[in-house]
Amino acid sequence: MTALYRWAPWVYFAAALLFIFLPVLVLIQFSFQSGLAPVPPFDGPSLKWWAKVLANRKITDGLTNSLLVGLGSAFVATVLGFLAAYSLARKRRRLSGFYQFLLMAPITVSYLIIGMGLQITFNYLGLGKSLWAIGIGHVVINLPLTFAILYSQLGEHQANIERAAYDLGAGDWRVVLEITVPMLWPSLLAAFFIAATLSWDEFVIAFLMSRFDVTLPVVIWSMLRSGLSPELNATGTLVFIISILAVGVVEFLLWRSRKHHA
Amino acid sequence: MKGWNLKNWGHAPALAWTAVFFVAPLIAMLVMSFSARIDGKITLTWTLDNYRSFLTRADGTFVGALWNSIEVTVLTTIISVLVAYPLAYILAYRVPKNWQRFALVLTVLPFWTSYVVRSYSWLLVLSENGIINQFLLWAGILDTPIGMGNSRFATVLGFVHFFAMLLTLTIYANLVQIKDSYRKAANDLGANGWQAFWYITLPLSVPGVAVGAFLTFVLAIGDYITPQILGGAKEMLLPQAVMLQIGRQADFPLASALSMILMLVITAAFMVFAKRLKMERV
Repeated sequence: MTALYRWAPWVYFAAALLFIFLPVLVLIQFSFQSGLAPVPPFDGPSLKWWAKVLANRKITDGLTNSLLVGLGSAFVATVLGFLAAYSLARKRRRLSGFYQFLLMAPITVSYLIIGMGLQITFNYLGLGKSLWAIGIGHVVINLPLTFAILYSQLGEHQANIERAAYDLGAGDWRVVLEITVPMLWPSLLAAFFIAATLSWDEFVIAFLMSRFDVTLPVVIWSMLRSGLSPELNATGTLVFIISILAVGVVEFLLWRSRKHHA
Repeated sequence: MKGWNLKNWGHAPALAWTAVFFVAPLIAMLVMSFSARIDGKITLTWTLDNYRSFLTRADGTFVGALWNSIEVTVLTTIISVLVAYPLAYILAYRVPKNWQRFALVLTVLPFWTSYVVRSYSWLLVLSENGIINQFLLWAGILDTPIGMGNSRFATVLGFVHFFAMLLTLTIYANLVQIKDSYRKAANDLGANGWQAFWYITLPLSVPGVAVGAFLTFVLAIGDYITPQILGGAKEMLLPQAVMLQIGRQADFPLASALSMILMLVITAAFMVFAKRLKMERV
């Protein structure tokens, strides 16, 4: 019984990891497939599908577009989220609750609905589909996240430090730029990278708001519809590698800032 | 200068963005749902036809799609919580402190793969030559391989895979905030491990479960990709019905009406979860 009690958690942990990693590992393996079939049995290893992916203009263009939209919309969402979090955390208003509710509301609505609403609105106003339109939609879906992350970090402890700076004669802008922003730096970066990774992989809004310039998920989608090939597996693995690099950067920065503060 | 500082207007740009690009489009969609297509042109006629066709379509496609969506989403949410909770618990209380961060990042690493590709990669795993069939054949459980893709099972599996990771994050974040002293106090008062868990840890972790379950519900019920790739042609979920109206027929009024119904379901779910969802500053 005690042996069971001791080992059961680790057995569960291992099984859960297997479940979580299974599709990813199979995907990576079959990106090195040699034949035409993207599915088992495995007949590789071969790098020919990787070479095809890197030479495929549609994929590399989609990759660039995705990165542009992801980084751009994440930047806007982080700046807007920070300004709102600061203002709402530092000054009480009669309507504070309502403002918070409004800012968080998009998180309770499906991306599909947000995308369709934007498409209808853009149609009505005669605005075309473009990377800008996708970016606008992605700011909408990421704003609640950046706002919530940053708002949660603007507690009393930070407010006291800001008050000290005011008492020492610093102006509003100086306090924000020289005290608040540096204090929140790890959270700002985390918010930015989370927004960027969610945006660059987002499908439905990008699909509805794009025509000629498409992002990578939309490219992958059309590849999927025109037939399966190991090229898809290689593309998916590439996306995974880039996302992991972003996660690695965030983790490293958070780790370093924790070490500084500890 | 006093009136022109961040504390006074900092929230304005974000609110304006949300109003223009979120609230206004929703209103546009609501209006659209009362419009009709006359000779290919969309005109606002304040008709209820779109909602009527949701209810009365002879083949029952739309009502059926709504039910399918609700069933799949509820099933997904429940299974995901059941898979994720023990995982988050092990990460928070069994993995040594120094390794927790690493173990957590490792556990949710596949969260960052492309969403489209992640769904599709389950097809590789579930295919007739796939690893699961291979294993079942090897273990003697099956005599001939079975195709497991293109089914509701595959859709729910794909969903659970993604949302178990999301829930592990929210539940873990909640568990590590529960102070050790609470459980120690329970132990001092004579509670055994299970009692301390049942009366102390579990109730205190409800907010983390609620946040994750709510996000799971919203994201799963509105998702088009996973059912489209893994679900096959046998049944249709509501987002697929919406996309079908936009894509093939450009029937925006009907698509809008279906979306409003989807939003109604999400709002109802929000009411259920609302009491447990709270924003706090640390």
